[in-house]
Parts: sequence; C-alpha cells; structure tokens
Amino acid sequence: MSDPSRKPPHLLWRWCAIGAAVALLAVAFAYVGGWLTPHRLTPQRIVDALQSGGVHPGFRRNHAKGVCVAGYFEGNGAASPYSKSIVFAAGRTPVVGRFALPGGNPYAPDGSVPIRSFALRFALANGQQWRTGMNSMPVFPVSTPEAFYEQLQASQPDPATGKPDPARIKAFFAAHPEAGAFLAWVKTAKPSASYATESYSALDAFYFIDAKGERHAVRWQVVPDAKDAAPGPAGDTDYLASDLRTRLAAGPQRWHLMVTLAAPGDPTNDATKVWPNDRTTIDAGTLVIESEQPQESGACRDINYDPTVLPDGIEVSDDPLLAARSAAYASSYLRRTSEEAKLPGAARADTSKQEQP
Amino acid sequence: MNAPQAFHPLARLLHWTMALLILAMLFVGVGMVTTVSEKHQWLLALHRPLGAAIFVLALIRIGVRLRFKPPALPADMPALMQFVAHASHWVLYGLMLAMPLIGWAMLSAGGYPIMLGHAWHLPPIAPANGVLFAWLREAHGYLAYLFFLTILGHMGAALFHALIRRDEVFPSMTVGFPHQDAPAEPSRNIAPDESGRAAEATPPSA
Repeated sequence: MSDPSRKPPHLLWRWCAIGAAVALLAVAFAYVGGWLTPHRLTPQRIVDALQSGGVHPGFRRNHAKGVCVAGYFEGNGAASPYSKSIVFAAGRTPVVGRFALPGGNPYAPDGSVPIRSFALRFALANGQQWRTGMNSMPVFPVSTPEAFYEQLQASQPDPATGKPDPARIKAFFAAHPEAGAFLAWVKTAKPSASYATESYSALDAFYFIDAKGERHAVRWQVVPDAKDAAPGPAGDTDYLASDLRTRLAAGPQRWHLMVTLAAPGDPTNDATKVWPNDRTTIDAGTLVIESEQPQESGACRDINYDPTVLPDGIEVSDDPLLAARSAAYASSYLRRTSEEAKLPGAARADTSKQEQP
Repeated sequence: MNAPQAFHPLARLLHWTMALLILAMLFVGVGMVTTVSEKHQWLLALHRPLGAAIFVLALIRIGVRLRFKPPALPADMPALMQFVAHASHWVLYGLMLAMPLIGWAMLSAGGYPIMLGHAWHLPPIAPANGVLFAWLREAHGYLAYLFFLTILGHMGAALFHALIRRDEVFPSMTVGFPHQDAPAEPSRNIAPDESGRAAEATPPSA
C-alpha cells in the first residue's frame, strides 16, 4: 500500500508521463477538431466564403432571398416498387417548402440570376422527414466541395472595384472543364417571371431502397403543370413573390415528382453530368402548393433544408457534395438562428441599413 | 459500516465502457462539425445512437453508484484536492446526463427528425423554435469542451494518484481490490440480486 512519507523514485519522469498522456489526448482532439490543420476545408470556411459579400443577420448564407410555401404531396404508388418509404404510397404528405434565389443577398433583384431554387420538407405520417433542395438548372457547375470553395473564392468581390474579377472567374472555369454543361445551360437561360413555371432538379444522386433492401440509384426533379413560362419583366426587382401570390390566389400550383432511374454505369458521384435522356422516369406523384407566407414569419424560416435528412427508403449516394451541403447548411443554420437569438458573438442587424420591414 | 476499498465490479465495468464511449463521442462530435467530407455523414449517423446509449448507461451508472457505496478518498488527501475530486465527479455525471438531453432537445428545437437508425426515431422533447435551437446548439458545443477538459483533468488526477501519490484510488477503479461491502441501502425487495451478489462476495478486508 501507499506510504505518503516515501517519495516515489524518478519523480520528474512520473510527472512527465502524466503530462504526456494528457497532452497526447488533447492534441488528438485538437487535430480532429481541425485546429492543427487550418487549411482543411471546413463548413465554417465555406460559409465564410458565402458571406464574403456581406453579412445579413438572420438570413440564410445562401439562397437568402425567398418565400415560404405550404401544401402537400400526393403519392400515387408508382415509385413504391423502388423505395419502401411511405411517402411514395398512395396518399397525402404535408409539405413546407421555400422558393428562393441563389446567393447571399436577401435583397437581390429577381432578374440578377437565371436560377431559382425550390426546397421541400415532407413530414411523413411515421414521424420521419424527407428534405430536398432543388435548383432550376439541370447540372451543378462542380462535382466536389473543394471545387465549389474555389469557385466561391474566384467570384469574391475584388476589394478595389467591389465586384468579382472577371479574369479570376474565367481562370476558374478554364481550370474546371467539368463546368461545361452548366456554362452551356447558363448561356441560354433567362431569369423566369415565375417560380411556378420552373422545373427544379435535386442535382445530386440518391439511392432508393426497396422493400427487399435493394438499392436503386435515382435522381429526381419536380416538373410544373404551369406552362406559361416567360422571362421576368425589366425594371421590377421583386416580381417573383407577387407573381406567386397572384397565382396562388387563383388556385393551387402543381408539379409532378419525376424520379429517374440510373442505368448501370451512370455516375452517382458527379452532379456536373446529366444522365442520358432515355433513362426510365417515373411520375411518383403530384406536389400541390396551396399557400405562401413571407420568409420572415413563415413555417420555412426555421427549417434547414439539409438534403441528407431522408426517410427510411431513401439514402445518400457517394456524391461528395451531399455531405458538404449538409455540413455547410448546418453552419449557416446555426449562424442565422444565433443571430435571431441575439447570442453573444452573433452578428447583429445594422438597423441603419435595414431595407425590409 | 466500513466504506469499501474499491468500486463495485459493475461500477468499474460501466466506468471503463463509458470512458471509451464518451471519448469516442467527443471525438466524433468535434470531427463531424469541422469536416465537409463524407465522414460528416457517418459520424453524424453514429453520434445520435451513441448519445442515446450513453444516456441510458449514465442512468444505470447513477443507479449503481447510489446502490453500491464508492470507496472514500484517502484520508490524507488535502481538503481542497478532495473538494475538486468530488466536484469534478458531479460535473462528469451531470454532463453524461445533460449532453444527450441537450442534443435531443436541440434537434427537437431545430425541427429535425431524431433518427437513431434508418427507421428508428425518438419523439421531440422541445418545441420547434429557431431561437431555442441556437441556445441549445451553442450549449451543446461549449459543454462538450467543458466535458473534454474535465476528462483531461480526471485522467491527469487518476495518473497523479497512480504514479505520484501511489495510493489506493487508481487500483480501486482498475483491478486493485475486490469490492467488499454491503450495498449502501440494503433492501428486501431485491433479494434475488442480493443472493447473486452474496455468491461473489469476498471475505472482509484484513
């Protein structure tokens, strides 16, 4: 037993051993937490790059300008042989959605970008959820989070001019030939006059899991019933919200959820590539949007449309963008809710510059 | 009744199992919030069920702690050191229970489904509210750092007992002494367990 009156031999070495054990654990923790690798791409760095044009407290760091919508999805059973999720069975699932413009500026003119986005949260009867964030373009410009971060950096405002440097953007796209399909689409795309006339694609691939446990690689998009697509009016900066209000006052707006099944060999890990047109596509049901609410007070405000929140019967693919979206959305969500909560250290709204009520 | 010299074998098993799980949990947590790689997805999928498991084990552990009296600290330990030892233990127990609950409430407030597997999920325990989410999410993060620092201190102190003081504290949680006393609160309605324990009970200390 111990004898406190007797000093243990090699006392210094004993203290060193204790210090080394504690330090080793602390260093391992610091390494995993990224403190020793400042060049590691973290969600926080992606969100920092997204908000380089200025912080708008309380708003999403990307797709900042938008509007909440609500309605339901009416499944028809056609996708049920491929996914066991109850969302695809015949019946209704309530949906809270959000239409938005890409970019971090909540006051961006509607005509400033040709892209619109549509996010959905399906609240399934079994308590599970399906969240998806879709865009009105057929492909994503890049296939990896690292390339996305490079793109964000290349398009950061030049401190001298306050605008992105065209030479840097050109150099980025020259170094990223995978963006070709996206650039070809952008060349002819016009900012639409309505959210309701656009198709929205999930871009990333996912797996449907059927009742036997078999995986089916899929992509999905929603295709509108409204066929009166037109370019947005010149001179008006906020036409999308008023157009949506007018349309919904006249009646619900409908989309069909089209699920495309991959053929063997179709890439699941590359959102820059479309799958060939002849792939089997299933009309899985109808999305019905019945109402809209301002994003400041609507039900979509506190929803993080993380595309990896999936019900039993849908799983993420090996697309590396999915994990990065999940991680970065979580970081953006924490920043904007911290600002709403006025937590210490969170950005505060600059009241002198507030442009919206 | 004399205090036992060592922790009950069940308490030791729980201590070492949970030590591994909690350290794994802290590394999973700090790793998953700072990576955009695919690791983010599986770490997140591991974090929730592991947290639920730690919560259940913590409840069992507190029950074991109340039922089987732990050994007293050596009488010759300075009062301040005794105070820090006791306080840090209650901080550790508190965090074992609070961290899973805060995580659960935080996901509830964020409106997330609290999935423990592909199909299994827990009900929400807080209203969906972004402001509440932010407070709970920040608390979860900062308390995780406090948890890790307390564990570092706990580990350092354990090694101090083992290597410098060379008293009975370290062996009492490892393989040093058999657990030798009766339960702290003997009770008749747990007779089968009593008899089971009696079989493995060892003679009184020398």
